[in-house]
Amino acid sequence: MTYAKPLPVPDADSAHFWAGCRSHRLLLQRCRSCGTHRYPAGPVCPACRSRAVDWIEASGRATVFSWIVVRHPVPRDLYQDEVPYVVALVTLAEGPRMATNIIGCDPDAVTAGMAVEVVFREATAEIALPCFRPVLAGAR
Amino acid sequence: MWNLRDKYCIAGIGSTEFSKASGRTVLDLASTACLAALDDAGVSPDEVDGIVSFHFNDSVPAIAVATQLGVPAVRYAVDTAGGGNAANLIVLQAVAAIEAGLAETVLCYRAMNGRSGFRLGGGRDMSAHGITQYTAPFGWITYPQAMAMWCRRHMIEYGTTAEQLGQVAITARANAVLNERAMQRLPMSMDDYLASRFIVDPFRLYDICLESDGACAVLVTRADRARDLRQRPVHIMGGAYGGGPNQGEDLFDALRWPDHSHNYARYIAADLWGKAGVGPADVDVAEIYDCFTYSVLMQLEGLGFCREGEGGPFVADGNIARDGPLPVNTHGGLLSEAYIHGFNHVIEAVSQLRGHAGARQVPDAEIALTTAGAMTCGSALVLRR
Ligand SMILES: [Zn+2]
Repeated sequence: MTYAKPLPVPDADSAHFWAGCRSHRLLLQRCRSCGTHRYPAGPVCPACRSRAVDWIEASGRATVFSWIVVRHPVPRDLYQDEVPYVVALVTLAEGPRMATNIIGCDPDAVTAGMAVEVVFREATAEIALPCFRPVLAGAR
Repeated sequence: MWNLRDKYCIAGIGSTEFSKASGRTVLDLASTACLAALDDAGVSPDEVDGIVSFHFNDSVPAIAVATQLGVPAVRYAVDTAGGGNAANLIVLQAVAAIEAGLAETVLCYRAMNGRSGFRLGGGRDMSAHGITQYTAPFGWITYPQAMAMWCRRHMIEYGTTAEQLGQVAITARANAVLNERAMQRLPMSMDDYLASRFIVDPFRLYDICLESDGACAVLVTRADRARDLRQRPVHIMGGAYGGGPNQGEDLFDALRWPDHSHNYARYIAADLWGKAGVGPADVDVAEIYDCFTYSVLMQLEGLGFCREGEGGPFVADGNIARDGPLPVNTHGGLLSEAYIHGFNHVIEAVSQLRGHAGARQVPDAEIALTTAGAMTCGSALVLRR
């Protein structure tokens, strides 16, 4: 079955990130000059304007910063079987924020500050999407 | 250094009717609104030498409109790419152009078939290039979905409630009931609001603005000239455009915004009031960008009408009602009049200051605020009669 929903189109800035996702590793840029982590990937560190960068594997731990529950599907044909679904901004333990889906959780059970961890969802053979699920109490 | 207070005026205003299906081209809508603004001012198209608009790849170029109007010599033309954030910016562009000697008489317009043609509220680029690769693959696609994220942050941070959001919607509707141009004129109660279905939680249907076909235009010229024209001139006291750090790549990209519990308004407040030489307490009527209910709360807070986080209680206490201390969106706003991307707010502000607002007139309105923008950047004007 073909995957009809939007798929990321990696570019020279983001290729490393999406390649990491494909191997189920959440990779972030870390500025070699000032140590600031950044996401989305970009050519210049906005904090110190350095172009020197290392890619590091993030812990995959995050907290929910904000979230929405999509109930009306747009476009309908792509999302009518998905609703209700949760889109969230999560704050990674390393600092940056990501847009993602919260999965493995009742949409009405999402709360601010909830601890979540990355879990990769295969979209196609080339693309895995970094989603997040609640960290169960007592885990780790 | 702004030394232009009251030096420029809005001398004419014009609108088409607002509808769901105009049956007309965007070029027709734009030309009609511009001609209406010129007629209102008593200025011939022969005298126009500047034309400015903003678009979201859904409009017609300024020079195309000038061509329709038979403008003999265009000396200044700008098509600003932008969302509602640009609605007041284009008026400032007109002022800047005249001040710089690039033009004398400048038309500003926004025209769109926003319901029957290109629907901003629907999907956007599904190909997920650029910044979209970090958002769309998660089913985060539409503007209601984008801005619901901001609204939720405000609720998390400040305890803002559905009833407080609803107060913005029903206040707008109460005003629209009195506005013959408004697209939604059926009275709405809080129960009606709360009973409307969730589109993207926390947004119900009535938190979301209309989609509209239509156009609005204004004519900007020097105050000394405006005084000799047909209408009582409305003076531009001051204006500002901008936002905070980390605005991202486009309007949707707010991944790096400091905190979505506030928006652009706090970053332009000092600039705006400083230029205008007045403050929030001096405003008699405020047309505040309301693509969604929450954005009114954030702008009331950011511009200093109430303290940060107190927008919800402020509107719930009746402060923004037509007979309250700060009448807001007296035409019904984008929520109930029409969505002409914020430019209909400018038309309404001028109508109020002229005393031409009919049944919805705020008595003796002397100073008006118009704002445009809901997220990382925006613009605002302070006008006086
Ligand atoms: Zn750096």
